[in-house]
Amino acid sequence: MKRRTLLASAAIALSLGTAAFAQEEITAGFIYIGPPGDGGWTYEHDQARQKMEAHFEGKVKTVYQENVPESADAERAITQMALGGADIIFTTSFGYMDPTLAVAEKFPNVKFEHATGYKRADNVSTYSARFYEGRAVQGHIAGKMTKTNKIGYIASVPIPEVIRGINSAYLHAKKVNPDVEFSIIWLYTWFDPAKEADAARALIENGADVILQHTDSTAPQAAAQEAGNVITFGQASDMAEYAPLPRVSSIIDNWTPYYIDRVQAVLDGTWTSTDTWDGISTGMVGIGEITDAVPADVKAEALALKDAMAAGEYHPFTGPINKQDGSVWLAEGEVADDGSLAGMNFYVEGITAEVPN
Amino acid sequence: MDLSSINPVLLIASLMVSATPILLAAIGEMVVEKSGVLNLGVEGMMITGAVVGFAIAVNTGSPGWGFVAAALAGAALSLAFGVLTQFLLSNQVATGLGLTLVGLGLSSLIGKPYEGLKTPTLPKAEIPLLSDLPVFGKMLFSHDIMVYVSLILVAAVWAFLKYTRAGLILRAVGESHDSAHALGYKVTRIRMAAILFGGACAGLGGAYLSLVRVPQWTEGMTAGAGWIALAIVVFASWRAGRVLVGAYLFGGVTVLQLNLQAAGADVPVALLSASPYLITIIVLVIISARGAHAAPASLGRSFHASH
Repeated sequence: MKRRTLLASAAIALSLGTAAFAQEEITAGFIYIGPPGDGGWTYEHDQARQKMEAHFEGKVKTVYQENVPESADAERAITQMALGGADIIFTTSFGYMDPTLAVAEKFPNVKFEHATGYKRADNVSTYSARFYEGRAVQGHIAGKMTKTNKIGYIASVPIPEVIRGINSAYLHAKKVNPDVEFSIIWLYTWFDPAKEADAARALIENGADVILQHTDSTAPQAAAQEAGNVITFGQASDMAEYAPLPRVSSIIDNWTPYYIDRVQAVLDGTWTSTDTWDGISTGMVGIGEITDAVPADVKAEALALKDAMAAGEYHPFTGPINKQDGSVWLAEGEVADDGSLAGMNFYVEGITAEVPN
Repeated sequence: MDLSSINPVLLIASLMVSATPILLAAIGEMVVEKSGVLNLGVEGMMITGAVVGFAIAVNTGSPGWGFVAAALAGAALSLAFGVLTQFLLSNQVATGLGLTLVGLGLSSLIGKPYEGLKTPTLPKAEIPLLSDLPVFGKMLFSHDIMVYVSLILVAAVWAFLKYTRAGLILRAVGESHDSAHALGYKVTRIRMAAILFGGACAGLGGAYLSLVRVPQWTEGMTAGAGWIALAIVVFASWRAGRVLVGAYLFGGVTVLQLNLQAAGADVPVALLSASPYLITIIVLVIISARGAHAAPASLGRSFHASH
């Protein structure tokens, strides 16, 4: 009897304790596809997590789980995090889309934020960055600088985001260099340094002297550096350790302001399900320093292109653009709408490979 | 489809590089399993070797010392596995899995200061005369020393198991530890030696990744290579020659499919991407279809002299 009273009072004390803290302390959880030390995609999410936590000065606790596969495992990991008391959970890879929605249904009081997806619910928001704006800058520099007219592209998983990047880079390379050709390798993984390095090597051996990557590690940079006479671009993170060569510029994802906003909304009780897709103009997509390996005039053009996109004067997908089969996608002067960009599953005219299905 | 951009000389040369990490890890694990011990910690030992090898190579400026340190680190980790499973008789499967987790965690801890650094890579060892041969010189005889070390290691393991008395004893321990014990062989001691050898090989394989194949340190960079090595040992039915075939096939088809994609071959990409796994399994199953190919009879069973 006594013991029971003791337990009961302990339970009450505990629940009072959490109630008292509930207003001040929330937990934000993060699910990562790779390790925070990948030097790319996950690294930037983790940097943003740390900066967000520091911003709230102890009011927000963060937890994360790394190397979560895009499979049934993801659902287990997200459930675990929700059960562990997370108030808001950021799932930071495209393949977590369905698992996130499935878990969100079971935890209506937890807020979910899925990166790069397109399915939402009352407690599931989506957010992504317009990486294709950065790809336009890359394509421009790549088209100007290639000597072999062969550009290698290490692609990860065939989803609209990756296809959009390829198209954007191709269109802008082609614009400045009509002879340019793209070789595309699909790895079906976001993170496997050895395979990424092998892919870079295969592209270089097949004549490419520019390597663009849409995978998460810095391995292609290392392989390109070893080969010499090849230029690369940092992906998702600055990868400045490979500057000034082979890395001549980069696309940097800056998630910090978004994470701060969303967690603040949870603290304020104003969180609602939204769809965010920001680009260079808000700073969610940054262009890393263009090194001196790039000729000054090319650099100036690239920066002008960046400024035009930031000001909203130029859209990378402005017609006339034909689809790969020759049919018209965008007429002269027509700008692609977000809906067709979000679901892009075709290559533009000129790319010789086929989109894997 | 225009495949003329694929250069067969470079292709063979890169497949040897691509296969070497798995080959090193697999040949070590094969010896461990031949002695009757199942160490599922290959991935953990590989990645520890990768980070320690990288760290030492960066600090000493010598990739050679990196490889030595990586072998020692892999062996040290396997020593922990050995003590737990051979003296404290813990479950080998669980302990091996634990070893992988420890290795992954430990490596990311050790590796933090080394992210983004560059390492001196292993110079190509030009073999006199042979490396001057047309075509074959560049294809086969202009690699770094570790490629040859791995091949020599396979030959040595094969000869050791087939022709030496010590190799026969090791196999006897793996087939029936009770009989071997009854004959007066030190089962635990022999198994410990095999475990240490396996750990050292896995460490070398990991270091080959971080010092030659990639070459850099990235957290989690083995990305499953250790598990591939384990699978190759099984599909190769515990034979050194077949382990070599398996590792080279896997590495070879991986590089080939990447080259086919780069050259724009007209084959579905999903099929190409799955081909290393499919072809390696199919070929090894076919060559293992005839003859004895059972696992060592005592594989995974704990031994204690009192039982």
